[in-house]
Amino acid sequence: MKILKLPKEKLDLFASVVQQFGELHAPVEQDGKFVFRRLTRWSDARLEYDRTLLPPKKYFLPPRETMFRYRPGEGFLPNTEGLDQRLILFGVHACDVYALNILDRVFAGKFPDPYYQARRKNIGIIGIDCTPDKHCFCRSMRADFVDHGFDLFFYDTGDYYQVLVGTALGDDMVLATGSVFEPEEAADIDDYKRRSWNKRRSFQLDVEIRDLPEIFEMEYQSEIWDDLGGRCLSCGSCSMVCPTCYCYDVVDDVELGSRGGNRTRAWDSCLFANHALVASGENFRGPRASRIKFRFYHKQRGFVAEYGRPSCVGCGRCITACPVSIDVVQVIDRLRRVQDVASR
Amino acid sequence: MLLADEVATHHPVLSDNPYQPHMARIVRIYKMVENNHLFTLRFLEDRLAHSFRHLPGQFIMLSVPGVGEMPISISSSPSRPEVLELCVRRVGRVTNALYRLKTNDVVGVRGPYGNGYPMQEIMGNDILLAAGGLGMAPLRSLLWYALDHRDRFNNITLMYGAKRPEDMLFREELTALVDRTDINCLLTVDADPGGTWKNHVGLLPTLFDHAKIDPLHSYAAVCGPPVVYKFILQRLLDLGFPKNHILMSLERRMKCGVGKCGHCSIGYKYTCLQGPIFTYWDAINLPEMI
Repeated sequence: MKILKLPKEKLDLFASVVQQFGELHAPVEQDGKFVFRRLTRWSDARLEYDRTLLPPKKYFLPPRETMFRYRPGEGFLPNTEGLDQRLILFGVHACDVYALNILDRVFAGKFPDPYYQARRKNIGIIGIDCTPDKHCFCRSMRADFVDHGFDLFFYDTGDYYQVLVGTALGDDMVLATGSVFEPEEAADIDDYKRRSWNKRRSFQLDVEIRDLPEIFEMEYQSEIWDDLGGRCLSCGSCSMVCPTCYCYDVVDDVELGSRGGNRTRAWDSCLFANHALVASGENFRGPRASRIKFRFYHKQRGFVAEYGRPSCVGCGRCITACPVSIDVVQVIDRLRRVQDVASR
Repeated sequence: MLLADEVATHHPVLSDNPYQPHMARIVRIYKMVENNHLFTLRFLEDRLAHSFRHLPGQFIMLSVPGVGEMPISISSSPSRPEVLELCVRRVGRVTNALYRLKTNDVVGVRGPYGNGYPMQEIMGNDILLAAGGLGMAPLRSLLWYALDHRDRFNNITLMYGAKRPEDMLFREELTALVDRTDINCLLTVDADPGGTWKNHVGLLPTLFDHAKIDPLHSYAAVCGPPVVYKFILQRLLDLGFPKNHILMSLERRMKCGVGKCGHCSIGYKYTCLQGPIFTYWDAINLPEMI
């Protein structure tokens, strides 16, 4: 991969140039938290942030999205509004890029989702390195480094950013900025390694994900699920903030004074009571315990069978969002302890 | 550089959109049973009406404009193309809206979706179709497919049960099959208060007494309410059916039909992609299957 470096004092210049590639969005501070938002001034961007309230998935699978407009006599007309808008997301963490790479696989396959695909094509991503806090466990989930899924990725190595160039678009951004990018030298590689080493040692959480499919397979009847079901409020916050939760509901509505209407999809959650409810009244996941169990199984077990890895990237958002402090790391630890006891 | 119009026609959302419903006209509404009508549809576009191909056991997503979209299994056989027949029970919001529509009204259709019955595997073997109540809806596609390609299958047996004669779906065409010698068509009702029923009376499993079954060279397609699965599956296992020769058609909530919206997942499988036809072996190995 092409690796360059950018002196820190040239970042403002780069940011001003990058805007010609699309509307610039970056994390900004809001009531002590961070959110991805359109920048009105570059100085609003906060590149050293812990995590945004919502992950970047909101740009690719918007919380609400009109898929079709229905007109009597014309049928369902696909809605393309906003799909071709070029955006640049500046300051995406590795775990969130990894999560997009996972969503890429979900929204591809035999029936590619053209809405997601269009947005993914038109939204540029500039990643940025980060410092783990007490809820981060991306390293455990092997999502602390990404080798694709971004256009550029910035690593802070003191006076410079080391910049990984991921795509031709990223390369164009570099070329458009001119000679402020410098070639990488051997000493820079050493700086990079030192930075990586320090980052790895600063993780406070370590989750062992080896054997996870086996553990989940064996603990299907565990009382842990009933315990979690008793605490969970089915609020769905964990799904909303999760960078890899993609369930959506589809709703048709009729515009007042017309026989036309819209077909809209909106984020949904497997924790909601009606997620598996069918018209006859049968609910395949009625009890709350079965719903929260399903969420854990789908993320940590089902994805391993389907895609070879859990869909969790260890961003820690669900831990900070849960109103009753259900903590994915603790749940996995607890399941593992049950296993350890059993093996003695 | 492409002109704006050209860009538009090349946009995947416009040209290659798996969520795009295609408009179809309601050709016929046949009131088979109270609140279980058979809707016959034909695509407005001739090209689609000619080219639409499905496998027995597959389903479509049916849109009632302004109300919503739902998965409905296809009751017609691919051997009888040009129109689609859907047996729809009036049970929820969208089906209620469908029942308010009239002949020549227009609905949206996309698909077909799902795996369908594994026809390549089944061919050359005996087929046992066992259904209760609305379970006949997806099996009827397989039934006519097998009868229309009769030389590809050995013995064909249908066991179908309803509460009373007037509750039996496809009653006329199924009773007409009883006389045919190339199928063992066994029809039963739980009760016959009117005394007009000329076929069997008794619960569905009693039909096993009239069926000749060679479990090692048979595939069983079972569909029905949970009570049907409960009794029929056990009976098939007792007869010695391998668990991967028992085929079940499962129902789940679906919003997309194409493996994206997440609602129909069972364990690690999507009913819309890996199903809705599952073997009994799949069923007992996936959590929350039935």
